[in-house]
Amino acid sequence: MYSATIYQLDSTPILKPITYKVELADQGKIIWQQNNCSTCHQIYGLGGYLGPDLTNIYSHPAGINYLKGIIRGGSKQMPEFKFTDSEMDALLEFLHSVDQSGTADPRNFTLHPNGNISPKVP
Amino acid sequence: MIRKIKKYPEALFLILASLLLGMALLSGVMAGLIYLFPNLFQHLGGFKMLRPWHVSSAVFWILTSASGLMMLALREIHPTRTVPGLIALQILLLLIGIFGVFYSYSIGDFGGREYWEFNPIWALPIGLAWCIHLLHFFTIVSVNQSWPVYYWMWMTGSVFFLFTFLENYLWMIPEIRQDLIRDMTIQWKVNGSLVGSWNQLIYGTAFYLMEKTSGNKELAKSRLSFLLYFLGLFNLMFNWGHHIYTLPTESYVRLIAYAVSMTEWIFLARIFYFWKQNIRSAKAQFPYFPYRFLMAADFWIFLSMAHAILISIPALNLFTHGTHVTVAHAMGTTIGINSMIILSGIYQLLPEANASTQIYPSYLRHSFWIAQGSLLVFWISLNGAGITKGIWMHSHSQISFSQLMTQSMPWFGAFVVSGTLLLLSLSTLVYFPILNYFKNSVKS
Repeated sequence: MYSATIYQLDSTPILKPITYKVELADQGKIIWQQNNCSTCHQIYGLGGYLGPDLTNIYSHPAGINYLKGIIRGGSKQMPEFKFTDSEMDALLEFLHSVDQSGTADPRNFTLHPNGNISPKVP
Repeated sequence: MIRKIKKYPEALFLILASLLLGMALLSGVMAGLIYLFPNLFQHLGGFKMLRPWHVSSAVFWILTSASGLMMLALREIHPTRTVPGLIALQILLLLIGIFGVFYSYSIGDFGGREYWEFNPIWALPIGLAWCIHLLHFFTIVSVNQSWPVYYWMWMTGSVFFLFTFLENYLWMIPEIRQDLIRDMTIQWKVNGSLVGSWNQLIYGTAFYLMEKTSGNKELAKSRLSFLLYFLGLFNLMFNWGHHIYTLPTESYVRLIAYAVSMTEWIFLARIFYFWKQNIRSAKAQFPYFPYRFLMAADFWIFLSMAHAILISIPALNLFTHGTHVTVAHAMGTTIGINSMIILSGIYQLLPEANASTQIYPSYLRHSFWIAQGSLLVFWISLNGAGITKGIWMHSHSQISFSQLMTQSMPWFGAFVVSGTLLLLSLSTLVYFPILNYFKNSVKS
């Protein structure tokens, strides 16, 4: 029963109202997988450890253009990705959807004396 | 040689598995070196290719050897019921699938998910191979008899693996994929249950080996053995929740996950209770290599379980989730527990692998201790890198990620050096019985 609850739609509350394009974000998710981004990057702590967690990268203060620059130009360890404009838009929309779903920053949780945790109410 | 393979076709699983272990260790060291020298192996596809190569080789090492050892054990129990045609078909499908997976990686044709990054088309032969594995099990085993605990474990592991492997591809349905949190919850559930499934297969073999070593036929039918089986099954089904504490799911999911994880204290208490007894019998049987591997697995079960329980407490998990502490847990269980049991199985069950080795050469004894020591250093260095990142994640005046990686270099250096020693020692340990098998085949 417990394992089955995860298939119920209402068991996964979205914390913020949806403001992203669902279809475009879905295409972006496929691009994410096809380029094996998770081998280096994480989303909510799932993925590789060579690069930073990207759950909330979309709302990073440096902005979207900085993000595009890193993806296109690469960095010390990250290869360059020559995406078309539409592929780039889809990938960014996927990262937008991830950002909208919540926060992966552990500082946004409250620790309880019984060892449990709960997200801080914004 | 061909005559011998015809006689024991199950040995092909172990030969294939040993090659996969070699690849897993080599690609693991190469991927680790990229942490120190970022531009290394770019012509081979870099980290993007080497990490999935390493993970898939390790996963297939476990699956292929678990299947082969189960078949060899079943042949010992029911010498006339094995169907060579089914073994040949399963091997063929596995070879097609594994070749496809590595071909997929080598041309950069990804598309799958974490741990199964290859083009999903190659999941088909692997899934079919597993159907044959299951069919073969039920062909050999009679359902009308009282089963020892290892039959239940093999059956449970085989059925759940197939079920969870299919569940692993539910993301191909857009409605599932588009709900990020639900999709990630399923992904964590799948990852946890797949590990639980192959653990059942391997622990089943461990029970069979313990029965064989001790000569005590009641061991695998005792109430305690079945209690441990049911606890394992319970954990297989429900103990994935501690991976999703930080996901924005309902709070009851987190609470139940916490409660379920804490049932592992029962396992830990059992291990602690029998510890003295094990030490006493170990002194007498330790020179016998298959037993030595089981003792090593016992030590790693104790260490990994204590580690797992601690990181399953949500308040501690918040500091370790998404860090190398999780990798330390994975390496402790995969190498320390699963691989040690598999090695014990290969030494005991692979026909004639031990025929000329009543006294083991000294380099083999050294390799055993180098493997244990380097695994411990490897485990500590991964934990060190993870704790460094955990502290960084909670810091209010964070340095950049790049600076964090530079700060963690000593830990990365330690895990590359210990990983290299693991490559050399584990390769020696696994190829010794395999080469013996070939040598004795040439003689016969």
